[in-house]
Amino acid sequence: MNDLRRLNPKIVAVALTIALIIVVINALSTGAYTIPFSELLKVLFQGPATNAGTDSVSHAIFWNVRLPRVILAIVVGASLAVAGVVMQGVFRNPLAEPATVGVSGGAAVGAVIAITLGLSRITLGVQVFAFIGGTLATAVVYGLSRVDGKTDIVTLILTGIAINALSGALIGLAVFIADDDQIRTVTFWSLGSLGLATWRAVAMVLPLAIVGIALSTKFSRTLDLMALGDRSAEHVGVPVERVRLQTIAIVGLLASSAVAATGIIAFVGLIVPHILRLVLGPKHRDLLWSSALLGAIVTLLADLAARTLLSPAELPLGVLTALIGAPFFLWLLRKMRSSESTWT
Amino acid sequence: MTSTTSPVIKCENISVIRGSATILQQVSLHANRGELVAILGPNGAGKSTLLGVLAGDLEPDSGSVHFGNRQISQLDNRELARTRAVLPQRVNISFPYSVEEVVEMGRGPKLGADDQNLVESAMLRLDVSAMRNRLYRSLSIGEQARVSMARILAQDTQLLLLDEPTAVLDIGQQEKLMRIVRSLVDEGRTVIAVFHDLNVAMSFADRVILLQNGKQVASGAPRETLTASTLSSIYEHRIDVIKVNDDTGPIVIPSPRSRD
Repeated sequence: MNDLRRLNPKIVAVALTIALIIVVINALSTGAYTIPFSELLKVLFQGPATNAGTDSVSHAIFWNVRLPRVILAIVVGASLAVAGVVMQGVFRNPLAEPATVGVSGGAAVGAVIAITLGLSRITLGVQVFAFIGGTLATAVVYGLSRVDGKTDIVTLILTGIAINALSGALIGLAVFIADDDQIRTVTFWSLGSLGLATWRAVAMVLPLAIVGIALSTKFSRTLDLMALGDRSAEHVGVPVERVRLQTIAIVGLLASSAVAATGIIAFVGLIVPHILRLVLGPKHRDLLWSSALLGAIVTLLADLAARTLLSPAELPLGVLTALIGAPFFLWLLRKMRSSESTWT
Repeated sequence: MTSTTSPVIKCENISVIRGSATILQQVSLHANRGELVAILGPNGAGKSTLLGVLAGDLEPDSGSVHFGNRQISQLDNRELARTRAVLPQRVNISFPYSVEEVVEMGRGPKLGADDQNLVESAMLRLDVSAMRNRLYRSLSIGEQARVSMARILAQDTQLLLLDEPTAVLDIGQQEKLMRIVRSLVDEGRTVIAVFHDLNVAMSFADRVILLQNGKQVASGAPRETLTASTLSSIYEHRIDVIKVNDDTGPIVIPSPRSRD
């Protein structure tokens, strides 16, 4: 008998890479101003520098608007999806996700506090605060939701609700004391958007994402073993406490740096790993890389939809992913309740 | 690896105190190569706690545990994992891992070249090779118990600590599993197991240790130790030990109601 209807991870990786390339080309070309494919290649090979012959609208839009936005979408999407995989592995629960358990909220609060304190002028000031906020929220959620070495899902979700409520309140408070300029930025953080994508944002998030994702892959085997539960994982040689601290720091790093760049983009870290677990099975080695790819694709597509659906107006990306993600989350919750064994 | 003369595991005067309750009091135990030691006693006697101390899960308030000539506290997780494997009563595995993947988990964080051989032979031994591509979750409790045992075996340690390995098995599965355990012991491994079923201990153990309220009340070879009078006093119920024939050991049964 064979329960395994899994696809070859290499084939999936290749398919996802091809899909990513297609989506990237579309995202670069589509928008309020269309850049045809032939033009795309031309401006790409002209390079970023502006001089005589390269001062076309296409060139400016490609290098200053589209490309940083596309790269940021890829980086943030990959970070969020990988953060989701790692978090689900260490919490032993497929419902854990940076946004639902409050990590993104915590990071947004950190960012907003930094903005209202006027720290956005300091290099990485906002990012550092977002990181502290996000990591703190992760630690609180993890500490509160564990009973007898197991993550109790009800407590996990309730803790997430409480942290998100607190984040909402703190962001509201920041809005209350902020000036008009700051309010716009604060709204941006809580709704999530790639609209402010710049090369500077890319330069800040990209290294953290690379470090975070690379570190995550070091834990792929350990995360598999964590599925045995704390005690049995320890019995086969996993230093559970240490792994827990390290992986939570990685989740904090990835989710917080993503939030620091784009605000809260919910549910990417939930949907992407879930789909891939159905396709590939739960082994983290395969799951991590494919999640990075699919996370990038999903975020790019969502951003493409956000800026074209109501064009020229732009939907906040976080609103869009929540509109799609929240029903999915409810469906998953319902599905899990019907099979008791999948709770833990 | 320890020499043949010194015990594989030895604990002396173990006491575990939780708040005002003494869970274990001055318990000593050792097990040699090729020996199956059964820990027996009523519910709440401290059997699982003792197994936890031997596994290194909890530190006793007093007393010492040695693997060979090394104290347990000197060993880190990895060394412990190479020294002893632990079968808990029930393992819930999150996410849909396959049987083969679960058995492979026994190899721990670092997978090497010869790991696959150990995984294969463990699966073969527990007769779970045919279900390697099934999901652990979709198995019956009895099948899960066998897969877990295969995972423990794949860990390839001298010492195996088993917490009620037969509790969820029917009498046929129980007999099969215990014969495998016995053959492992006969090949030189050391097994310390908690049992509820006294007859399993009677027919398979080399030595038994009886606990009552955290105290060690008797120990020795099963036929000499598991006597009607000792068991009746420990379990607070009249228990008979009946000899059936010369081939099988005596069997332990509660007294018929008419004689209560």
